[in-house]
Amino acid sequence: MKTLLTGNEAIARGAYEYGVTVAAAYPGTPSTEILENIAKYPEIYSQWSPNEKVAMEVGIGASIAGARSLVAMKHVGVNVAADPLFTAAYTGVRGGLILVSADDPGMHSSQNEQDNRFYAPFAKIPMLEPSDSQEAKDMVKTALEISENFDTPVLLRITTRIAHSQSLVELTEPQERSVKPYKKDAKKYVMIPAHGRTRRVFIEERDKQLAAYSESSDLNRIEMADPSFGVITSGIAYQYVREAFPQASILRIGMTHPIPAKKILDFAASVDVLFVVEELEPYLENQIKALGVSVIGKDILPPYGELSVSLVKAKILAALGANVETAEEGTSEGTTAGEATGIAESAAASDCDCGDAIKPFEAPVRPPVMCPGCPHRGLFYVLKDLRLVVSGDIGCYTLGTMPPLEAMDTCVCMGASVSGALGMEKANPALKGRLVAVIGDSTFLHSGITGLMDIVYNGGTSTVIILDNSITAMTGHQHNPSTGQTLMGQEAPAVDMVALVKALGVKRVVEVDPLDVDKVKQVVKAEVAAEEPSVIITRRPCALIVKNTEKPLQVEGCKGCKACIRLGCPALSFDRATRKAVVNSALCTGCGVCARVCMFDALRKGDE
Amino acid sequence: MKQGMNILLVGVGGQGTILASKILSHVALAQGFDVKMSEIHGMAQRGGSVVTQVRIAEKVYGPIIEPGEADVLVAFEKLEAYRWAHMLKPGGTLIINDQKIEPLPVLIGTATYPETIFDDIQQRVEKVTIVPALEIATGLGNAKASNVVLMGVLAASMDIPRQCWDEALEAKVPARFLELNQKAFQAGYDYISCS
Ligand code: SF4
Ligand code: SF4
Repeated sequence: MKTLLTGNEAIARGAYEYGVTVAAAYPGTPSTEILENIAKYPEIYSQWSPNEKVAMEVGIGASIAGARSLVAMKHVGVNVAADPLFTAAYTGVRGGLILVSADDPGMHSSQNEQDNRFYAPFAKIPMLEPSDSQEAKDMVKTALEISENFDTPVLLRITTRIAHSQSLVELTEPQERSVKPYKKDAKKYVMIPAHGRTRRVFIEERDKQLAAYSESSDLNRIEMADPSFGVITSGIAYQYVREAFPQASILRIGMTHPIPAKKILDFAASVDVLFVVEELEPYLENQIKALGVSVIGKDILPPYGELSVSLVKAKILAALGANVETAEEGTSEGTTAGEATGIAESAAASDCDCGDAIKPFEAPVRPPVMCPGCPHRGLFYVLKDLRLVVSGDIGCYTLGTMPPLEAMDTCVCMGASVSGALGMEKANPALKGRLVAVIGDSTFLHSGITGLMDIVYNGGTSTVIILDNSITAMTGHQHNPSTGQTLMGQEAPAVDMVALVKALGVKRVVEVDPLDVDKVKQVVKAEVAAEEPSVIITRRPCALIVKNTEKPLQVEGCKGCKACIRLGCPALSFDRATRKAVVNSALCTGCGVCARVCMFDALRKGDE
Repeated sequence: MKQGMNILLVGVGGQGTILASKILSHVALAQGFDVKMSEIHGMAQRGGSVVTQVRIAEKVYGPIIEPGEADVLVAFEKLEAYRWAHMLKPGGTLIINDQKIEPLPVLIGTATYPETIFDDIQQRVEKVTIVPALEIATGLGNAKASNVVLMGVLAASMDIPRQCWDEALEAKVPARFLELNQKAFQAGYDYISCS
């Protein structure tokens, strides 16, 4: 049976069909739905880990214990998991072990667009890259086989367009799930230097064998057609090339580490002009050039952002045109003039040329915003009001950097708010007493705890505000160790945040309801002034996970001061004609934050 | 539908473009086409501008529709119609939900919501259908069903047997909302012929 699946759903299905028994992840766009979908198969034990390093280690442990395992994360998560990953490359596996890295070219929902393909040669592990959902599922099978046959973790690298695009997938019956019997093997799994040195030699041997496999594997396939130019490509870029040039000769590389050197040389020899089309860095290009092959790649395509059919088409046609010119000037290298113009013409002819293109309109932007009733809004209003320096972090609350709140000074990576604040106050004493770190519950548990320990240990006085909304909200509401529930729907003990931060040595811990703006202001002022580390926990569930029972607010006696408008609530607007605030009762959750910032008592609960 | 189509669904995070595109994809598959569909997740879902793409053809390669290549643009909100109109092919069809959701820069007064959206669009786009989908859905008892009203309008403009759409609704809509959504779909389907 064929069905439409996203790449993420297809990977989950692959885990189910091909015998994975343990899966772990920390949520992160565009990888989140892999584990959410695996959790739909009760045959697989699946879990959210507090961070990617822990998830990776759970996967490694499961593999050593004999299970086929899968670990998934977004590209930046691999940075967090890199430590165990690099040594797992030495220990190898018992049950097959897959690490899915979901990269985000174009930064749809990320802080950077690092190209994680480099992790494969860096860690010396094989890498596969699917071009659609069917391949994403199939490659789970191949990756597990490679992992077990070559004794190595395998990197399955996808990008946003693979992760979140649906295409047809053939479903098959799941194979039998089994776990190999446990066997102690300290020389392989205890990485002390003496063992490590032996495994280091093994890795080089393994790399050679993998290179030979890559050479013969049909993961790397030559689609030979018109020989006047050829394209080496991989991942989603393959689809763009195929669509732009239905007649082109293509070497589609599905195993992008180790690359199939001989296949590349053969392909290069069989075409007149060679291009490499890949998103982000010249990863394949540099390796192809190192083989002594001349290839056109990043000289014409950008090393950042996403590619597209039209971009690939335009750049290649332009380059072919230039090639024609040089050919006409007498240097008869490469494509002959006639051949290349032929391609250029046939490619141009397939372009629809019917009528005028519709000119774009100038539309005001629509950036993402905190929801109406979001528990974070009141806090950021206070931080702005008090003109504090705000060391920020990653979550819905990062939206606090947008107008009109604009109350965030930094945002680097998960956890950096806390440790970054310590660095700021140590560097610049003038920041003392004006500095707070803001971090969500899930992000704090991910990697904020060590930073807070550092503040206490090294005599910092920063105030850390933990925005506890009882969920991992931005990625679509996943559970975490403080929510009391697991991915598989079991009840779990919830982390006691107050006890946790006290155990780290923080003596000043205050809990406050973030909707109570006056109280928040009072507490923040007091804690920021304190000459010792302090933690404020703002406690209120995300507005999207609780059933709202409050009535929308009503406006009466508005003086037009616009104080409430500066909250940036999507349910509030300012009517320029009447010069009064207006509440959109379809959106308002009745959270009351606007009522608390109104000095004229003009916003009231419906029944007051 | 003899050849394929590129259909773009645009709206504001939370308006239900993904369910709509799932219904559409189901229908196209039942017609024997290859389909690729691209969704948006993550930050933009928090009330940002969202785009869902459905490409239908004998064989689809890339999942993304480029400017000037959409056969149909279904806009769940007026300003989003304005923002994405240029994605349409010359001669393409634009279906607009007559609903205004002001983006934050407008709400806080740093930008203005264009007043002449429909007039402007009608000057550049030939085939425009404006549908009070929110009103229709609210009338049926649930504003959330406006996405399915719009699907009904889209269905009426495509030559695909009605039965296929009914089956897609049954397959994609959760059982407890099915009756409501069937009514919403019908209202959208009848909209052009009645107006
Ligand atoms: S999802 Fe929850 S935490 Fe995120 S902006 Fe909306 S209400 Fe706030
Ligand atoms: S209008 Fe006021 S009460 Fe309603 S959601 Fe917005 S801030 Fe809360």
